[in-house]
Amino acid sequence: MIVGLDMGGTHVDAVLIHQGEIIEATKSPTDRSNLLESVWGTLKSLLSGQDPSQIERIILSTTISTNAIIEHKTDSVGMIIECGPGLPNDFLCCGRENIFISGYIDHRGREISPIDPQEIEQAVKTFKHKNIPAVAVTGKFSVRNSGHEIRINEMLKDEFFPITLGHTLSGKLNFPRRVFTSYYNSAVYTTFLKFSKSIYKALQREKICAPIYVLKADGGTMSLKAGEQYPVNTILSGPAASVMGGQAFLKASQDAVFLDIGGTTTDISFLADGVPLFEPLGIKIEGLPTLVRALYSVSIGVGGDSRVRVKNQSLVIGPERQGPPKALGGLCPTPTDAMIALGLIDLGDKHKAISAMKEIGGPLKLDPVAAAKKVLDTMADMIKDKVEKLLNEINSHPVYTVKELLYGKKINPKFIQVIGGPAKAIAPMLSKKFGMPCRYPEVYEAANAVGAALARTTAEITMFADTAQKTLSVPEMGLYEKVSQGYTLEESKMRALDLIKRQSMLFGAKEGEIRAEIIEENSFNMVRGFYTSGKNIRIRAQTKPGLIYRLRSDENVSS
Amino acid sequence: MLAAKNRLGLVLFPAFDWAISPSHPEREERLLYTQDQIFEEGIMDIENIKFYNPEVALKKDVQRVHFCVPDVDQRVTKSHLISAGGAIKAAHTVMDREVDKAFALIRPPGHHAQRVVYGDRGFCIINVEAVMLENLRAKYGPFRAAIVDTDCHHGDGTQDVYWNDRDTLFISFHQDGRTLYPGTGFLDEFGGPGALGYNINIPLPPGTGDEGFLYVLDNLVLPILSEYKPDLVVNSAGQDNHYTDPLTNMNFTAHGYAELNHRLSPDIAVLEGGYSIEGALPYVNLGIILAMAGLDYSHVREPDYDLQKLRQPQKISDYIKELCENIYSRWKQKDALTHELLKGKDYITRQRQVYYDTDSIMEYQTQKFKVCLKCSGVNTIKSHTDRGMPIFAVTIPGDACPSCIDEGYKIYKDTDIQKYYKIYLQDRTNDTYLTKGARNLTY
Repeated sequence: MIVGLDMGGTHVDAVLIHQGEIIEATKSPTDRSNLLESVWGTLKSLLSGQDPSQIERIILSTTISTNAIIEHKTDSVGMIIECGPGLPNDFLCCGRENIFISGYIDHRGREISPIDPQEIEQAVKTFKHKNIPAVAVTGKFSVRNSGHEIRINEMLKDEFFPITLGHTLSGKLNFPRRVFTSYYNSAVYTTFLKFSKSIYKALQREKICAPIYVLKADGGTMSLKAGEQYPVNTILSGPAASVMGGQAFLKASQDAVFLDIGGTTTDISFLADGVPLFEPLGIKIEGLPTLVRALYSVSIGVGGDSRVRVKNQSLVIGPERQGPPKALGGLCPTPTDAMIALGLIDLGDKHKAISAMKEIGGPLKLDPVAAAKKVLDTMADMIKDKVEKLLNEINSHPVYTVKELLYGKKINPKFIQVIGGPAKAIAPMLSKKFGMPCRYPEVYEAANAVGAALARTTAEITMFADTAQKTLSVPEMGLYEKVSQGYTLEESKMRALDLIKRQSMLFGAKEGEIRAEIIEENSFNMVRGFYTSGKNIRIRAQTKPGLIYRLRSDENVSS
Repeated sequence: MLAAKNRLGLVLFPAFDWAISPSHPEREERLLYTQDQIFEEGIMDIENIKFYNPEVALKKDVQRVHFCVPDVDQRVTKSHLISAGGAIKAAHTVMDREVDKAFALIRPPGHHAQRVVYGDRGFCIINVEAVMLENLRAKYGPFRAAIVDTDCHHGDGTQDVYWNDRDTLFISFHQDGRTLYPGTGFLDEFGGPGALGYNINIPLPPGTGDEGFLYVLDNLVLPILSEYKPDLVVNSAGQDNHYTDPLTNMNFTAHGYAELNHRLSPDIAVLEGGYSIEGALPYVNLGIILAMAGLDYSHVREPDYDLQKLRQPQKISDYIKELCENIYSRWKQKDALTHELLKGKDYITRQRQVYYDTDSIMEYQTQKFKVCLKCSGVNTIKSHTDRGMPIFAVTIPGDACPSCIDEGYKIYKDTDIQKYYKIYLQDRTNDTYLTKGARNLTY
């Protein structure tokens, strides 16, 4: 049995899956004042009467870290930032104290000027004086040479906890994001650690010894232990849970649009050859961009319970929600009322729904049926407009080679996948508007919790080899080693595939389920004078996000 | 997050899969470290800075500017069309007011490409800025433009394209042609009969540093621009005046480039040359991006920057001061000089030899300009190379009067196809491009 749990802002969903079927599901409200109890209480009721020894694994998608940030309940962090020359640096001040130090590494990872130990000693004094427990250390180009970050860590490690070093979080080049990501990791560290410790304790008490994982924003999992070290990666895993959940109910191997239509919002994602698309660099958290790898997901303020009104002779839906639909005792007409009025869903008081449509139809001179159709039509238009805009953005993402510019992959959706309360009712309209089939599952119970339950472990590494300097680095793994001058792209790729497997297993993956792949490979001849001095090799490898298996379920197609 | 004062469009297209040859300066690696620097600085996250992909320039975009021998398809690669298309895309974002300014970081460069193109010269085949500018004029209508070329080599291609066009003021800063390729760019190259004075060369002595460049800008270029009043300023932003460039002998710095860009305030900048790919380009490009975005560039500095070593000797400062006075006074006298030159003449001809260093071709040209009081005048190029391939080309300028249009078509019609490999008509007034030839057109 597999346990999946997704804690959202309002509800905690949990499922128990056995041999491809959901055998138990619960939903309970989230108690914001006691998130641990929300998780634990839900698990307890889900597992009551089950044999704990039958549980194979438990996966949690939580808002523990996200909430701590939103409610400003994080630890204060002392930032040590090594900027080198370049952009002005004041915008990087994200910690309680921000110390900018001298020292500088260039784009090839060469030390141009060393760190000044006195500046670090001064930083220690300042942080101590202000009672700052947590520290994050980040340098420009530290992913090319982590020497400065590691030396600073040596000087700090007996005095502070936790300490996040920028290069350990991601191998991607983006210094401001590395600064912000390190900050968040240190800021939520103890919050997450407390949570994880209590989970362990509770599981022990209940004699559950199954491995436990947390869901990341990229739709993959990592062990709770790995999560303790990199809690920043557990931030905003909710949308990923629902995208992955959608895939558990719906088959796809082509490009597709994925919609999760909820009460207040519709979340839009895309699949490329059946695999969910990523954010190019990482998600934004409270306005700050990070390197936290995440599935691409954009929300628009239109959902089943959005307020519908007429303004200047035209129909306006959302973006706000003002309570439930009229048919369910609410005050405002909503798209759900339109669906009820048209008999597309059987819910609440149909008379109230029809009178809601009368209210809308009046100023537009439409009868209730026409008004209801108009509401759904407008809703589908809004979704379509946004989807097209996003697709256009995605398909014009920057490319850097002639080949990619001329022949690069463009996302060209062949169908729409939709889950959520209004899915079935709106599917025919979406299909008509988009001119492509629209698939929705017959039941999609607790899709988010299912997504968490069935997600695979994922990891990503960035490899950089410079054969002129005879160096090879994989920052995420803290790997900096010597290579020969004759090191080739092929050798690098083999090594990267081996390393990504190792990294995935460190994160809790089982050997058989790792689907490792090279996602980017480049090798440049470095020419100095008239001679080739070496090769500059860049590789990114990942374990693909995906599900360990799909649920046995029925799906419907509207076309 | 950081927000730019000016909305800036960036086309960053390093063409990682294109090179002239594996160890040529114009190779895959050229913008690798620039891209690393831009990525690491997080430029893509700065509010108001937007990245765009290049378009692919069309055949017609090239024909507005060039006579390609034997034709566009056989002479121009996709990489060149994308490079020009990158500049076009950048310019469109400015013209469409999506952004305030734009910078196209593209390769290969273009400012050595002249009107006739037999091959590659100075790593250029088509003139990126000219193809861009003429695309803009075709799309948005006529306007006055100034191209300020801050590449270390004389922009001889751009000079040739705009030689007789007074709606395009061309100003080139460069290392003195007596000491560097292509060996042209002197004060007396002043423009054709229709645009005398609108081609300004500023040959600077080897060793010129920040002080000299900024002196020229403040005391010569900006005053001329304020008199010319262009609708659009384009910077051909070659970066080989940098003190670390392996092909040149100047002492300009990344901060100097940023400062120059800030004071010049171009609407569009287009990367040209610059081959110190590790020591200069990452920093110069960053400096220009920040300057164009209206952000603080005072922290941009090269790893080996040493103010003492880069200080400009007094002798050079004195020389530059005198040079600027000389050039400015010629600019002021351009009408009198025009009157003097054209007195009693119906046609002005000039003989030229053009060497294609990259492809080792020598071209022999005669350009003939009609002196017309109503327009810039129909003009022709008769040309052949040391490998043969004689061509004849007729240009009807965009501002042509009816009689110059008629004359252009008549010359094209009357030219004997037996005498030439190919004959071209470039009718800029009607945006029409014709060719004819008797022989089998394979190269």
